[in-house]
Parts: sequence; C-alpha cells; structure tokens
Amino acid sequence: MEGGISIHLAPLALAHFGNWPVTNTLVTMVAVTILFIALAYFAGRSLSLKPRGWQVILESLVMYPYQLVRDTLENDAVAERTFPIIMTVFLSVLGANWFGLLPLTEGLGFHQAGLAEVTPLFYSPSTDLNYTLALAVIAFFTIEIFGVATLGAIQYGKKFISFKSPIAFAIGIIELVSEIARLISFSFRLFGNVFAGKVLILVIMFFVPYLLPVPFSAFELFVGFIQAAIFALLTLFFTKIAISGHDAEEEHGPAHDMAERIAGGSKEGMRHAAADENAVIPL
Amino acid sequence: MDIAAANSIAMGLAVGLGVMGPGIGIGLIVGRALEAIGRNPEVSGSVIANMFIGIAFTEALAIFALVVGFIIKFT
Repeated sequence: MEGGISIHLAPLALAHFGNWPVTNTLVTMVAVTILFIALAYFAGRSLSLKPRGWQVILESLVMYPYQLVRDTLENDAVAERTFPIIMTVFLSVLGANWFGLLPLTEGLGFHQAGLAEVTPLFYSPSTDLNYTLALAVIAFFTIEIFGVATLGAIQYGKKFISFKSPIAFAIGIIELVSEIARLISFSFRLFGNVFAGKVLILVIMFFVPYLLPVPFSAFELFVGFIQAAIFALLTLFFTKIAISGHDAEEEHGPAHDMAERIAGGSKEGMRHAAADENAVIPL
Repeated sequence: MDIAAANSIAMGLAVGLGVMGPGIGIGLIVGRALEAIGRNPEVSGSVIANMFIGIAFTEALAIFALVVGFIIKFT
C-alpha cells in the first residue's frame, strides 16, 4: 500500500499560533458555527405570529423534536430548559458531519513545506477526537446539572453513594462508573463512526475512483444524520434517567408513578381512555 | 517477523474479532424488532426508533474495535 493512502489519526495543523496548532477541523467547525449564526440571524429577523414562507418550514422542523423531548421527559419545566441545548447539540453535530462531506472539504487545500500531500483547508470536525470529547463533556455536564437541579444535590447524590445495604452501595459504585464511562462511549462513538466512514471512502476511492464512491457517500450522509440524532437522543435519555428519582420507597413519588405507568402498559391506558369516553368515574 | 507485519496482523485480528460480537448483536436486535413489528404493526414507529438506538449502542462496540485497529496500525 506504499504511496497510496495516507491516514492520520490526528488532524493536520494549518498554522501554529504560538504553541497552539490551528487545525483544519477547527477551521471547519468555526465555519459551520458562522453558517449557523448567519442562518439564525436571517431566519430570526422577520418573525411573525402567523408564519409565512421559511418560517413555516423552520417551525415544523423544530416542533417535532420539541414534542419528542416533552413526551420523553414528562416534565415540561425541564423540557423547556433542556430542549435548546439538545437541539443545539443535534444541529451542531449534523452541520459538522454534513459540512465534512461537501466536495470542497477534500479538494481545497495547499502544499505545506514538510509534507508530500495536500493539506485540506476544511476537514470533517468529527474526525478530531478533541471535538467529540468536548461535545461529550458538554453533554455530561448538562446531564449532571439537570439531575442536580431537579432532584437536589442530596437526593441526586444518593443515587451513587448509599449506605442502606451492601448491595445498594455496590450498585451506586457501578452507576458512578457507568456515568463516567459515558464520556468515553459518547466521544468514541461519534469519532469512530465518522473517521471509519472517511477511511472507507478513501480506500474505495483508491481502488475504484469512479462511480463506486457515490453510494458510499450517500451512506455517509445517512450515518452523519443518525450519529447526530443518536448523540442528541442519548443526551435526552440520560437526562431523563438523571431527573427521575431512584428510590421506590415513597409510595406516590413521581418515580413510582412513572414506574407504574410503564409497568401498567397499554392495557391500563386503554381502560383509562375507555373510562374517560363513557364519563364513568375511574376505579 | 518485523514490526510492520506484526502491526498489520494485530489490526486484522483486533478488527475482525471485535466485529464478530456486535454483528451477532445487531442481527438479534433487528430480528427481534421485526418480530415485534410483525406482531403489532401499529407500533412500528417507536419500535424502529428504539431499534436504531439499540443498533447505535451495539455498533459503537464494533467502532471501538475499528478505532483500536487504526491506533495499532497507524501510530
């Protein structure tokens, strides 16, 4: 494979700013951010109560995720505060992944002194572990802060450190470890998927340069969307776990009610619906 | 055996063995999801959504193996 493919785990530096390398992934992410800010500015400039034109499309794009967040969290106050950050994470990852698939990200570049191949000016940001790890840290702190803010520090801490019984103590430790392990799985999932996709396309282009890379690029489009959705959805689900209490001792706490609703299943719901319809007082 | 050959063999082994488990897992997930949809087609929307989340979790393990493979080979 000599002289054919070159794969870098670390992103290529375009310039050095003091000790800080300015990498092409950083440049790309700044470009994506500027695009989003411009989009938000132009979309938000002419808002009206009766939506017209672009506003209809944008509102319908936002309404479905908002409904999903509200249905999942079952807590409107938290949903209202969580939704912006979850949607921002989703849009940021989606924008980064799709921007990285544009033709100009590979083609536009220049020769550097020490290197044989062209250094591209833009490169998919998710192939840089710094970006995905930063996102994972943001998601991690979002989850923890919402957990503490909703349950209170003492109640939330009881999930991880409890001296009620040896088994409860062991479970608390396991929860704590799995909480930290999320950082790794969050960051490596996104990094690995996008990096593997890039390498896959590179290898295909090396063997069959014409036509065959097209379906794989289309698949990368799909992967980029799925990974963005997964990142946001996992943040949402972990927030849901964090804000719901752990103890089932208090008889009618919110956690107990939720567990009952889940355990009751559809039969329970159907009976309630039927009761409502016939205006009979439910049991 | 020189070090480059050992690296190549190690990457092949790491990725090949690491992908086997998630492959079985994804097969099980999709199979069960399709079974559930066949039994109860009305809930196919939520089943498919949950299926993709399960696939993403399982696939992450395969991706870990791939990343480890790349690290072995290229660093």
